[in-house]
Order: sequence, then structure tokens, then C-alpha cells
Amino acid sequence: MTSIITAIVFLILAPLLGGLIAGIDRKVTARMQGRVGPPVLQPFYDVAKLFEKEDVTVTPSQNLYILAYLVFMAVSGAYFFAGGDFLLVIFAFTLAHIFIVLGAYAAYSPYSYIGAERELITLMAYEPMVILTAVGLYMVTGSFYISDIATSTVPAILYLPGVFLGFLTILTIKLRKSPFDISTSHHAHQELVKGLTTEFAGPVLGKIEIAHWYETVVLLGMIYLFFGFNPVLAVVVIALAYLLEIFIDNTFSRMKWQWTMKSGWGVAAILGFLNLVIVYYYYVGV
Amino acid sequence: MAYLKKSPWLLHYDASSCNGCDIEVLACLTPLYDVERFGIINTGNPKHADVFVITGGINEINREVVKNTYEQIPDPKVVVAVGICACSGGVFRECYNMAGGVDQVIPVDVYVPGCAARPESIIDGIVKALGILEEKRTAMKETERQHGN
Repeated sequence: MTSIITAIVFLILAPLLGGLIAGIDRKVTARMQGRVGPPVLQPFYDVAKLFEKEDVTVTPSQNLYILAYLVFMAVSGAYFFAGGDFLLVIFAFTLAHIFIVLGAYAAYSPYSYIGAERELITLMAYEPMVILTAVGLYMVTGSFYISDIATSTVPAILYLPGVFLGFLTILTIKLRKSPFDISTSHHAHQELVKGLTTEFAGPVLGKIEIAHWYETVVLLGMIYLFFGFNPVLAVVVIALAYLLEIFIDNTFSRMKWQWTMKSGWGVAAILGFLNLVIVYYYYVGV
Repeated sequence: MAYLKKSPWLLHYDASSCNGCDIEVLACLTPLYDVERFGIINTGNPKHADVFVITGGINEINREVVKNTYEQIPDPKVVVAVGICACSGGVFRECYNMAGGVDQVIPVDVYVPGCAARPESIIDGIVKALGILEEKRTAMKETERQHGN
């Protein structure tokens, strides 16, 4: 029963929280660059405006794919906050991303094609580390269920520091921050004219933004799992992690896709896998 | 509601400018003027844009490009001609390859004169354009309602 309530609370509050985080992100970014920056509520104004615009669609099927992206993102997030199976959450999450890639492919534009290809590459780059995160949390807490992992008294971070650092690295990719914002980004709009979202305008683009807000909340929720033993500490770490991501966003230039691949798989192999091996021999093995 | 005024995304096109007005448009985005505090973002994509900023006069080669770009911007949209060349063709007006100002090809809503136009006047022109954008939205809503009934 409580799981259904938390799922509904997520569905309602996550866009508000995600939009607020995006607004704070833009404000902090502006301050880091010595600017005043837009109001904190700017992302909400942007999306409200997008819903006021004319709906120009070249290929109608692209809108269906974007709707599926939003729905799957919301559903996988709701399942995450309802305390469901972590693996299923990850698979639904990936499926949501596949839908936005399909949407970009359906749009028949060279820009969105390249954006879609880059999105597939980033998807490929971060996916191993996400799986290793789930596996690592399972090895330490003995369950794949979010409800068990989050309420576990085992200090997961002490056993999984490598996995956590690896997760922070792929968080940069997933939040579309520099140096890994190759498929779409809020900065440098001239390059690939925003890639993946080139052919989306008006209300459809608004839906992509809302889905991204859901995604941000779920990703930050995943950080919580490492600190489930101490909720206050978890919230502090989530705030610090996001600030770190903004800092990285502002201090790095964009890298090539090869570098995204190497970083994603590199951290999965070195930090993630090595950490799991150590946990296996010294913790589970005993 | 007037969200359009709070989040105008602009598309900047250099028709045949000497780069004088272009750097002034870009200067608006730097920390000194920081137009992002009004929610203005410089997009590279006509499908995401609300305000079409053109610098430089229209010549025979980019006539179609400007028209095509303008048509790709979803309604409601406004056009701001920045610099004297964009307003009337300026000193290039009599050149054999010039069509003249931007209004020879697409309807212009706000003219920002100057050679080069100062960032202050560009911001002023865009803020003026936002009022027109809002009027256009109301008119669009009105026609939609009439067609709906």
C-alpha cells in the first residue's frame, strides 16, 4: 500500500522537483560563469512556453515514440520509488531511452540521425556500469528490491566506493553534462543543432524536457541507495554529487564519442568490476 | 498566460553581415549583458526558436535560405532585423546582388538600426519584439477558437 502511495507521489512531485533542480542547475552554472542567470523557475517557463507553441510535426510516428519515452520514464521511475526490482527498473529505463532514439530515427533528418547514433553510443557506454551498480548493491544487501536496498542497515558505500565513483562518472553521461553531452546539451546549440531533439518542436519537445526531469530524480534516487543507512547523509551526498556534476559541466569541454566509450567502460571495468571482485572475496566469500 | 514572453529562444542568422552586428548579438550573451537572465537562449535550430534575429542585408543567394528558415519556425514567431543592412540594405543597397533589407523576403516586426547596432539597442529591440510575440499568440488563439467553433 505504501509503495503505491510513494509511486503516485513520485509521479506528481518528480517533475516539480526535477524542474527545480534544472533551474538551480542553470542558476549555479550562471554564477560560476560570473553571470546573473535566469530565474530558478525558468525551466517551467520554458516548458509552459513550448506547450503554447504550434505543433509542427513532419512524421507523426515520432510523437508516439516521444509519448512512449515519457510514459516509460515515468513508469520506471514510479516502480523505482515503489520499491520494485532494481533490474526491472534499469531495463524499463533503457527501454525509455530506446524510444527517444527511435523517435529521432523516425524524424528523417541527418542531424537527428547523428544525434540518435550518438545517443546509442552513450547508452552503450553507461549501461555496463548501471548493471554493475545493481549487482554490487545486491552483493552487499542481498536483495535486488529497491525497498530492501534503501532500508538496509548495511553501509553500502563502505563496501562499494569504486562502484559509487563509477556511478558518478556515468551520471555525467546520463545527465547530459560536458564532457559527455555529445547527443544533446543545453550549451553549444550550434553544434548539431541540439542533436537528438533537432526535429522536435513545441509540445513534443516539452514532453522530452518533462521526461528528463523524471530521469534526473530517478538518477539522484539511485545515489540514495548507497547511503540508505543514513538518510540525512544521503541527501547531503546527493546535493554534493549534483554540484560536482555542475562543476564538471562548466570546467570541461566536449569530448569525442570514443572518449565517452572509454570512460564508461573504463570505470565499469576498473572501478566497478574490481570493486565487485574485492567484495566477492572479502565480504561475500567469508 | 504569457509564458512566451518569459522564455524567448532566439535563432540568429547572418544573412550577409560584415560580422559587426554578429559580434554585438553575441555580446548580448556574454556575462556583461547576460540576456539569459530574461530566459533568452541562443538556439541553432529554427524548430526550437521563437525570435528570428537577422543581421546583414539579403542577397540573391541567401534569399531562399532566409525564407526557408523562417517557414521552419513554429508559430507564433517574430523577426528582428538587426543593423542598418538588415533594415534597408544600408550602404550595400545599390549593389547588383542585393535584394535589400530583410523585409524584401519575410515580414519584419522590429527594426534595430545602427552600424553596428549596440547591444543595448539589440536587447531593447528584442524586448519590444516580445510584446509583438504575445499579441501574435493572442491572435493565433483567437483564430484557433473561431475555427474550432
